[in-house]
Amino acid sequence: MAKVLMKGNEAVGKAAIQAGCKFFAGYPITPQNEVPEYLSRELPLAGGTFIQSESEVAAINMLYGAGGSGARCMTSSSSPGIALKQEGIGYCVFGEIPCVINSVARGGPALGTIQPSQQDYNQATRGGANGDYHIPVLAPASIQEAVNFIKEAFEIADVYRTPVIVLEDGLIGQMMEPVDFDVPVKKREHTPKSEWAMGYGNGNPHLIEGIVMDAPMCEKKNRRFFKEKYEVIEKEEVRYEEYMMDDAEYAFVAYGSSSRICKTAIKTLREKGIKIGLIRPQTLWPFPQVPFQNKNIKLFIDIEMNMGQMVPDVALAVNDKNKVKFFGRCGGMIPSPEEVVEATEKIIGGAK
Amino acid sequence: MGETYRMSCSGFGGQGVMALGKLIVYAGMDEGKEVSWVPSYGPEMRGGTANCSVIVSDEPIASPIVSQNISVNVVMNLPSFHKFVPETAKNGIVFVNSSIISEKVEMPGVKAYYIPANDIANELGNPRMINIIMLGAILGVLPIVKAESIFASGGAFEHVFGVSKAKFIPGNKVAFEKGMECAKAQM
Repeated sequence: MAKVLMKGNEAVGKAAIQAGCKFFAGYPITPQNEVPEYLSRELPLAGGTFIQSESEVAAINMLYGAGGSGARCMTSSSSPGIALKQEGIGYCVFGEIPCVINSVARGGPALGTIQPSQQDYNQATRGGANGDYHIPVLAPASIQEAVNFIKEAFEIADVYRTPVIVLEDGLIGQMMEPVDFDVPVKKREHTPKSEWAMGYGNGNPHLIEGIVMDAPMCEKKNRRFFKEKYEVIEKEEVRYEEYMMDDAEYAFVAYGSSSRICKTAIKTLREKGIKIGLIRPQTLWPFPQVPFQNKNIKLFIDIEMNMGQMVPDVALAVNDKNKVKFFGRCGGMIPSPEEVVEATEKIIGGAK
Repeated sequence: MGETYRMSCSGFGGQGVMALGKLIVYAGMDEGKEVSWVPSYGPEMRGGTANCSVIVSDEPIASPIVSQNISVNVVMNLPSFHKFVPETAKNGIVFVNSSIISEKVEMPGVKAYYIPANDIANELGNPRMINIIMLGAILGVLPIVKAESIFASGGAFEHVFGVSKAKFIPGNKVAFEKGMECAKAQM
């Protein structure tokens, strides 16, 4: 099919419908409002249910019910709204509810600003719910990738019976780019929902639980998650892009919008004779390890729209924190490619 | 091969700068080019000014933001003139709505076209067409996209404003040509 021009947020809504999303609940917040706006119009036409909930907390708990009844479901919000959902996300984890959380980050903390930011790296990858858990986090850098990742997120959610976060920033949400909605996404095998979801028990009750009173049983459930879900996800679901890394002596590490700024900076830096490439994690959890084993790289320069939240993950992957440097802007400020070039020259100059 | 146009369109709300940018990216996409469009949506938008970044290129677009090194700089009101004109690239081109901006662009190597868009629109009896007049001026001197891609059936105009607005295409074409003539006379 021909490409169409669409705003990132609307494209996310359309992708969700294409993926078979039958339930959406959300509460308005900039810069993701076009997601619920689009779905309020289009999801009912596709046989789904759209609810503008009374709060973010209500929306995530509606997913607990909808996902727990076997429906493909999604919520969407931005930073402070995602903060409110944390408790509910924890319940979705423990209740093994497949659901997709679209997170369009803006400057923080608190209400912060409405401009694009990556200050929610820790919020997404570490989470704010209690207990031991991981959630797969997909980080698209273009609208095409956002569409593909939303569709994949539903598949991953069903396979591992887990919430999946698609982490964008306000720039991806607000911009328009051509997008092809017919890029195929692999349908995955997963346990039929009739075997576990509410309403399919036929007198054989299905149980979705948020509490396990018996400590040995609770530990057993935790350990099962780590063995059957997280270990497998770390092996099977890691995604990353390497850009101009073949002859690289230095590497940017960046995801989402900041990776695009790095690509522009790479062009300028290479014209100046600096052999630099980009490692772009497309999954933030599980965090890619393989591209960081590259022994030709003298320095890994982490570029983010935050104060360096990904640095510990990069340092662990590189296994040498002295090789990891950082430059970023935060609070809704987007670094210009020129700024990134200047910072990089300073970092590399200092390393000589 | 391969020209990359890094455009900024700025003005106040209602002047149609967002739509101006959208018309160009739709046309660019239809011509098989790489395109991106980024709107301002922050507090500046609530304050009445609006701007968008547009890139039309033969190569994949890395950073979609155009806030520096602007090669095609469209300024529709005075605050935009002061904010964006200093960010024009060397050899860049500025399109100034000279109906409401009396300042001149004084940057070495930068060419400016002064288009009295409001006056032309008023003469045509439709003050809402200033963005189309500006679009005509831009495409009159720069081959970013073809005029046919804007006005053809199923083209950019119908995409941006809706098929039901297609009946306004002839009138808009006149405005477009007026803008084009005005810019060409200054080449």
